Order: sequence, then structure tokens, then C-alpha cells
Amino acid sequence: MEIKVLGPGCTNCYKMEELAKKASTELGIDATVEKVSDIQEIMKYTMSTPGLVVNGKLKHSGKPLPDTEKVKELIKAEM
Amino acid sequence: MLKEFASYVTYGLIKLEHGSRLADALEFFIYDTIKIFLLLSVIIFIVSIIRSYFPPEKTKKILSHKKEFIGNILAALLGVVTPFCSCSAVPLFIGFVEAGVPLGVTFSFLISSPMVNEVAVVLLWGLFGWKITAIYIGTGLLVAIFGGFIIGKLRLEKWVEEYVYKIHTGQGQETLKQTFKERIQYAKWNTADILKRVWLFILIAIGIGGFIHGYVPQDFLTQYAGPKNPFAVPVAVALGVPLYSNAAGVIPIVYALMEKGLSMGTVLAFMMAVTALSLPEMIILRKVIKMPLLAIFVGIMTVTIISVGYLFNWVM
Repeated sequence: MEIKVLGPGCTNCYKMEELAKKASTELGIDATVEKVSDIQEIMKYTMSTPGLVVNGKLKHSGKPLPDTEKVKELIKAEM
Repeated sequence: MLKEFASYVTYGLIKLEHGSRLADALEFFIYDTIKIFLLLSVIIFIVSIIRSYFPPEKTKKILSHKKEFIGNILAALLGVVTPFCSCSAVPLFIGFVEAGVPLGVTFSFLISSPMVNEVAVVLLWGLFGWKITAIYIGTGLLVAIFGGFIIGKLRLEKWVEEYVYKIHTGQGQETLKQTFKERIQYAKWNTADILKRVWLFILIAIGIGGFIHGYVPQDFLTQYAGPKNPFAVPVAVALGVPLYSNAAGVIPIVYALMEKGLSMGTVLAFMMAVTALSLPEMIILRKVIKMPLLAIFVGIMTVTIISVGYLFNWVM
């Protein structure tokens, strides 16, 4: 499973990365969490950061951040 | 009802003497604080729900390939309701240009968005009354429409960084569906988030209004910066540029300045300079546009804002 966190480097983007890591650990799945800060790459998915992409699909964008449970749900939906 | 509560606290609970300066000040402070926070919570909540229907992706679609002028007007209006912070100015700019939104129309949006928003409206309304609020919204939109329109007419596309045109957003860029429950949640979160950031500024503003009111002469600033001084407006604009703040931070300062005799046009110009013409935003914009375009943008904004200031000093 491939998870991407989109964000140029704001506080919320780091929080999003933490959330994604925590959620995948708690789900006990084999997933790579990659932080994407390249603007061109981000723009492929959304204009509002932070974004969460699971297996190439945009699952969340912008503020407010989802909580861990919500992130788990979003990941599960792509499993 | 709020008035009764304020006097109950002042005279019933704290038992201050009727009619004393301190009692008056405290009563005013309690009344105004509750009134403004109620107004803020209700209006931000409602605007947040409206906003959730206008994500940047949708605004981009509406503005794409729009004719100039009509496009400028639409962009200025959408700037009021589309959620935006200067940290997302770069992706937004690229997204707009890539989607075929004309350059001038994009600028109309970038100018109006930080300048005219719900926090500014509520604070102005609560502290200064609806007339000044309406004037601020009206002139703010005009500045955004004409600023963007002129930039569009000058055909400056060559001074946009080349890489902006090379980026192709994927077809997958679409809006996520939101349920109404999620919109309500977003609105609650947004209201709390804004209140958290501004409550202290607002208390200080009301405090200045209530307590310092009687202690500094009303016309303290009039002799230096009243409507008769032709330099007041440009100086206010020049002071506003390095100050970077959102509307919530600057309105308290403005409130204090106006209490002490700064004229209306000068105050408007200062507020617009702080919110729409800030140094950090220029640095962010420099990532997507080249120096000449940035300079022209700053030049046009400066001239327009100063003209607004003079106009209002002259009319009022």
C-alpha cells in the first residue's frame, strides 16, 4: 500500500504525516508513507494542502485535519 | 438583554459606584465584548458553511476562460467566499493560470481574498458600524476589480515564471464530496480556529475603546495626520506594507488610531495596505511571477489604495 502526504512544509502537513503513520501502524498494514513537497507533484492532486493520497487516489485535502480514526477509515476504503 | 447583563455585572456583582468613569468603562467593555464575540461566532459559522461550497477547485472552474472585466468582478466576489491563506497562494496561482483563468482575473482574486473577508466584516461592523463596513467592502472590491483589470490589460503574461505554464494538473484533480454533516463540522472547526487566533486582539481593541477613551485627547493625532495633511495617506500606506497581519490583527490598531483623530480615508488606506500589500506575500508571489510583474502589481496597488484614501478624506 502506498500513502502520500502532500504539503510544502507547513505545520499541518507534518501533523498529517504523523497521522498517516500512526493510522497505518494501528491498522497493522504494510504501507509506505511518503512526504511529497514538490509543488508540481502536489498540483497533480489538489490545490489545498495538506493532502492525503492512498494508492494514487486523493482521499483528503485542506484544513481541518481528520482525526486518526477518520484516516484509518480513508485508508481502509482503499484496501 | 446584553445591556442588562452588563449593568448587572458592573453594579450588582462588582458593586461599582453608579456613573463613575470606571463603572462606565467596565459596563461598555462587558457589553461590547459579548456583542462582538456573539456576532463573530454566528457570522463566521454561517460564512464557513457557505465557503465549504466554494473550494478553490470550483472557483477555478467558474473563472476559467472568463472574459475580462466580468471575470474580474466575479473573481473579486469569489475571493470573499473562497477559503484562502497566503501560504497557499502559490498552488492557487498555478492552478488558476493552468486552468486558463486570465492573469488579471487571477490577480483580482488574490487582491480581494485577504482584504475582504468575514472576520474583517464582523469586526468593522461591531466596532465602527455598518456604514464604514459597507464602504470598506465596496472600495475593497473596487480595488480588486480595477487592480486586476489593469494588470490584465497590460498583457504581462511573459513575466510569469515559465515553469508555471509547464505544470499540468492531473485529470484526477476533483473536489471531494462532502456531506452536510461534514460541512457543519468544518464550520465549527473553522469558527473555533479563527476565534482562537483573534480573541486577544479583539479584547485589546475593546479595552482601548473602553478604558483609554477618556485619557488621551480625542484629536491627539488630528494635527499630524488629519484630513488636512496631504502626506497622511501615503505615510499610512508606507507604514502598512512591512506590517503583516490579517484583518483581525489590524482592526484593533485602526480602531485606536481613529479614536484619536486619524481620518477615515487614511484609516481605510492603512488597512488595505496591511492586508493586501504585505511584504511576506510579495516574497511568496515572487516564486511564481518575475520581478517586473511583481513591481507593477505593487505599483498599481499602491496608487489605487492611496487614491481610495484621498477620495474618502475628501468626501467625508
